[in-house]
Amino acid sequence: MINAKPTLKSTLKALLYLAPLLIVTITFTIWPLISSFLMSFYTKYNYFTNQVKAMGGANFAYLWQNPDFHLAVRNTLVFVIGVVPLTVILSLGIALLLNQINWLSSFFRTIYFLPFVTSTVAISLVWNWIFHQDNGLLNALLGGSVDWLNDPHYSLTALIIVCVWRGLGFNIVLFLAGLNNIDNHYYQAAKLDGASAWQQFTNVTLPMLAPITVLITVNEIISSFKVFDQIYALFHGQAGPANADLTMMYYLYQKFYVEGQYPVAAASGVVLFIFIVIITGLAFWYFQRHSIKIWGRRS
Amino acid sequence: MQVTLKGIQLAYDRHNKIFDQLSFHVQDGELLALLGPSGSGKSTILNLIAGLLTPNAGQILFDETDVTKLDARNRNIGMVFQDYALYPQLNVMDNIAFPLKMAHVKKATRREQAQKLAKLVHIESLLTKFPNELSGGQQQRVAIARALAKKPKILLLDEPLSNLDAGLRVELRDEIRHIQQVTGVTTIFVTHDQNDALRIADKIIVLANGVIQQVSTGADLYRHPRNLFVAQFIGSPKINTIPVANLIPYISKEIPASILTQAVTAAFRSESITNDPVANALMTNLPVTMTHQVQIGRDSQTQLQFENNRLISTAISDNYTQKIQTINVAPRGFFLFNDDDVCIWEGDAHD
Repeated sequence: MINAKPTLKSTLKALLYLAPLLIVTITFTIWPLISSFLMSFYTKYNYFTNQVKAMGGANFAYLWQNPDFHLAVRNTLVFVIGVVPLTVILSLGIALLLNQINWLSSFFRTIYFLPFVTSTVAISLVWNWIFHQDNGLLNALLGGSVDWLNDPHYSLTALIIVCVWRGLGFNIVLFLAGLNNIDNHYYQAAKLDGASAWQQFTNVTLPMLAPITVLITVNEIISSFKVFDQIYALFHGQAGPANADLTMMYYLYQKFYVEGQYPVAAASGVVLFIFIVIITGLAFWYFQRHSIKIWGRRS
Repeated sequence: MQVTLKGIQLAYDRHNKIFDQLSFHVQDGELLALLGPSGSGKSTILNLIAGLLTPNAGQILFDETDVTKLDARNRNIGMVFQDYALYPQLNVMDNIAFPLKMAHVKKATRREQAQKLAKLVHIESLLTKFPNELSGGQQQRVAIARALAKKPKILLLDEPLSNLDAGLRVELRDEIRHIQQVTGVTTIFVTHDQNDALRIADKIIVLANGVIQQVSTGADLYRHPRNLFVAQFIGSPKINTIPVANLIPYISKEIPASILTQAVTAAFRSESITNDPVANALMTNLPVTMTHQVQIGRDSQTQLQFENNRLISTAISDNYTQKIQTINVAPRGFFLFNDDDVCIWEGDAHD
């Protein structure tokens, strides 16, 4: 029935259907979320007996003064600012090119998608070769002699290159889907209205790709903030030379697994969470404000 | 501007030719309708004129200029698409002004022009709205205004009325005619609906399977169809067709023997069938059974069974209850077609 009103019985029945997923989600996502949030306020705590003797903001105060954490925040922000725009622009560009070729198009699409399905460890191994100071491909191409992975001035750039390269495939596929959704009539109309190829790109392609661009940008911001495994694999379990690739997630990992400072790790997790919320919030706020330009409707 | 297509050939591949030796001419300031069933190639012709498709052979001339190889951008053509193709991220004002913006016209001039055009198509109150806030008819008007924005020499309309409901259709049909007369722009519009074509077009080209069947005025197409396809396509209800052999015993008028031996199909309009005596009747006393009679507005349609053929008449008096009838067929609206479906004889052309 379309016009059925919810009753107590129907609500209970719905809950029953939802129960399997709800139980799993609450146990493995919601509950750890809450407990780690609480843990960030434990100042005297025995992890193994789970005894809390005192609570307070000391963990946050510690982070506020800890130079390593400052470095982690700085590195993370540099990383996000380096990766996100590059990934979005490059994947859009490649998607546009791929959209133009008809010949062997699925072959090229597969090639670009491959990094996404390859394991991080394998990728890091290959990039270790590429970045090698004496025999590496990159130095051979650039004609320099940069020690990409061991020089603190370059190691964050090296990380950004690997992460951009790895993220391309998936975002290209998303952009290609977006491009396929643009009705050819818009291009024909624009052409007859006198739009040049560039004007067609700025007046048809870009505005019509706006929704997918928002999705890719926000998704890329969130996943860049959480970067960890690429660092771990690329620098063999280190945070780069002289902690040059220490990100917030890596800091959290070190505090938790290496140093055993569980409440500090939890507190840094909360700070990371707040960063992500603020930045994605800002992104959404921006897109909402400009929604008329982007989607052609008021929201 | 005059438009001439000369010997156009278009094929997607070697075996599927869409057009072969297609030629026609449109006068300056004319409103031409391309009429045909779906798949007849009407919209393809528009795309050829617009420059969105390039013919494999043949020439397209605007006045005396050969534009066959000219890019769509530089042909100065306004086109209205069937789905309107309004830019969703631009409001009505910016949509109309878009071609001017592409031509780097100053913003103040652009706005002034857009307002003028909006007034012409009666949407001046909608200038700040976005396409998704408009009804189909309003979107159509915006699309027409946008197509006219750069003062095109030729206006192309691709099925402009097919997405609209009946009332709006009639309104916009007259509107298109009005706009065309005000601006004097050479207009070609594609439709599958004979009513649209017959109402507003100066000249109609009937197309079927990529071949031009006849080029003429609406009245002429109805009165003098060149072949069976045109006779059947134009006119509502559809013309009655019967093998000539079935009719021979009832023919009361002299038809030359040379014609009769060639004739294969006879066709006669519904209004030529009546149960009243007809002066100069072409056929008299055909025995028929009346199967059904309906009143459609002003007209009544009567279905008759003649041997194995079903006939429709619109000239039998209403509420005729007597079941078995004989009918007479008037010469006007009667045609004979030969083996190749070409019209070889018209009933009233020989008095």
